[in-house]
Amino acid sequence: MATLEIRDLHVSVDSDAGEREILRGVDLTVRQGETHAIMGPNGSGKSTLAYSVAGHPKYRITRGTVTLDGADVLAMSVDERARAGLFLAMQYPVEVPGVSVSNFLRTSATAVRGEAPKLRTWIKEMRSAMDALAMDPAFAERSVNEGFSGGEKKRHEILQMELLQPKIAILDETDSGLDVDALKVVSEGVNRVRDTGEVGTLLITHYTRILRYIRPDFVHVFLDGRIVAEGGPELADELEANGYDSYIKAAASA
Amino acid sequence: MSVVTDTPGVTAFEIPTGREEAWRFTPLRRLRGLHEDLTGARELPVTVDAAPGVRVETVPVGDLSPSAAALDRISSLVRSAAASATVVTVPRDLVAGRPTIVRLEGPGTSPAAVGVVHVVAEPFSEAVVVIEHVGSATAGTNVEVQVGEGASLTVMSLQDWADDTVHVGRIHAVVGRDARYRSFVATLGGSVVRLVPTVEYSATGGDAELLGLFYADAGQHLEHRSLVDHTQPHCRSNVLYKGALAGDPALGETGIARTVWVGDVIIRAAAVGTDTYELNRNLVLTDAGRADSVPNLEIETGEIVGAGHASATGRFDDEQLFYLQARGIPADVATRLVVRGFFADVIGRLGVPEWESRLLAAIDAELGMAAEVNEDDD
Ligand SMILES: Nc1ncnc2c1ncn2[C@@H]1O[C@H](COP(=O)(O)OP(=O)(O)O)[C@@H](O)[C@H]1O
Ligand SMILES: [Mg+2]
Repeated sequence: MATLEIRDLHVSVDSDAGEREILRGVDLTVRQGETHAIMGPNGSGKSTLAYSVAGHPKYRITRGTVTLDGADVLAMSVDERARAGLFLAMQYPVEVPGVSVSNFLRTSATAVRGEAPKLRTWIKEMRSAMDALAMDPAFAERSVNEGFSGGEKKRHEILQMELLQPKIAILDETDSGLDVDALKVVSEGVNRVRDTGEVGTLLITHYTRILRYIRPDFVHVFLDGRIVAEGGPELADELEANGYDSYIKAAASA
Repeated sequence: MSVVTDTPGVTAFEIPTGREEAWRFTPLRRLRGLHEDLTGARELPVTVDAAPGVRVETVPVGDLSPSAAALDRISSLVRSAAASATVVTVPRDLVAGRPTIVRLEGPGTSPAAVGVVHVVAEPFSEAVVVIEHVGSATAGTNVEVQVGEGASLTVMSLQDWADDTVHVGRIHAVVGRDARYRSFVATLGGSVVRLVPTVEYSATGGDAELLGLFYADAGQHLEHRSLVDHTQPHCRSNVLYKGALAGDPALGETGIARTVWVGDVIIRAAAVGTDTYELNRNLVLTDAGRADSVPNLEIETGEIVGAGHASATGRFDDEQLFYLQARGIPADVATRLVVRGFFADVIGRLGVPEWESRLLAAIDAELGMAAEVNEDDD
């Protein structure tokens, strides 16, 4: 069973004011089959955690370890991490002009699976995955993320998750900017992958809304670069009712 | 804006000093005297693979009608130095079944070599002519194109030269009534390449598309200066040039990849109803690249359909690389996707599938990669 282990992770960025520490000791274990929610206010460092695990060059790891089934994730290049089974659905997916969605997806599937999927079966596979996410087939011929609406970008991210079948998927604010209908469609996509029991999901969110559709097993409250509280799904209900204020006050008085 | 005049004869043009607007970007010292004197120049060996029905002749240059092209010093030197010209004629009403390939092969860098090619698309014909430049040379070339009434002609000029080649050339087209002309210039090889694609219209309703791509590595100077002269009413022009620069920062000054694009469009007072747009985009892949991009639009009448231009030079976007790598795609393959994607729109407008694939393969080669193998495996 695949396990992602994050231990005492400290991460800094270079800012105009010099080096700035954003993650200040994160401990988290995500196993295949489990769903974790990380909830925290804007600016608390949630995306930094996601990008650091994925290997974005902007973030410097100053202390701690990240392993996937014992293998040192921090020693891997970005693409090696993805091929090892890590997936990050990004909060702000990047436009790649002139590269069609279908070419991109097939290149990606080829890399992750280790061989090119047969063209005919691949087209069927892609079509049915797009269909399940209520995406127009014409979408496949558009340039990656170029001119996509917020909702289209998020569907496209989840489409990739469905096709790449990662061991561990980190979804960074996949819910933000979606209307209720789109949120349902996207959540169903995530749940289809979860139902295989093959994926460990780390759901990063600012709101509790998505947790109505994707029920987490564990909830972690994230504040100022650290996990400050942990619990079951009931913790999300408590946050829904009371917000982050009590945690912010507790942190301030600590 | 400097518009060259069509005064004939070599002596009418002074040796450029580099201070002239038209020459200010060109490294004259690297031209091996091409701009000074071409006496003793030989001819570039030519081979032609013509589509059925397309006529090919070798004619003494003296038999050609005086050049319609707006000349500059080098092109007039080339015309004086050349004994013969290759004339490709697409007869009236012929729809050519495949591209006609004119191959100019560099015979070595010394002495200089010249080439004159005329392409004539007679009324209502349709054809694609590819002029391919390969090998080592110090070359001056003149290409003159006539697109007859209602004809549709694509002329592709591919500069696939060896690393030591210096090439200065003109590609001048006269576009007839309701004719369509598509010029595609692809410059990949050569040490210094300076090309001037120009278009004029002889009647109303002409449509000219000037497309180009260039890919400059360490030490290359690739310069393209287009000029569209709208003298006739109700004509269209569209210019799209895209360039990539991949110099080598480790080599210092000699590692710089240098590109120049100047796009001149003139809309004369008589050219009412003109519709024109020009665009240049450059992608800088390393720290050793310098791109100049200068659009010039001169408008002498307000009664036009549209006139616009845009130009932008941007660095390779590491966020794109990260996004693709985060989907398991190795960095070299990801870079290739981004660069191919950058050129995709201009290549897609060539409209000749086999040459589109060849251009993509050539770009892969520039990136130091073997061509994609799994594209069509089923
Ligand atoms: N590259 C960067 N340079 C400077 N500050 C950054 C950079 N990236 C993130 N930050 C800062 O780090 C903090 C955490 O950001 P982020 O991880 O995006 O938070 P969240 O996703 O929880 O909203 C914020 O204060 C943000 O401004
Ligand atoms: Mg965020």
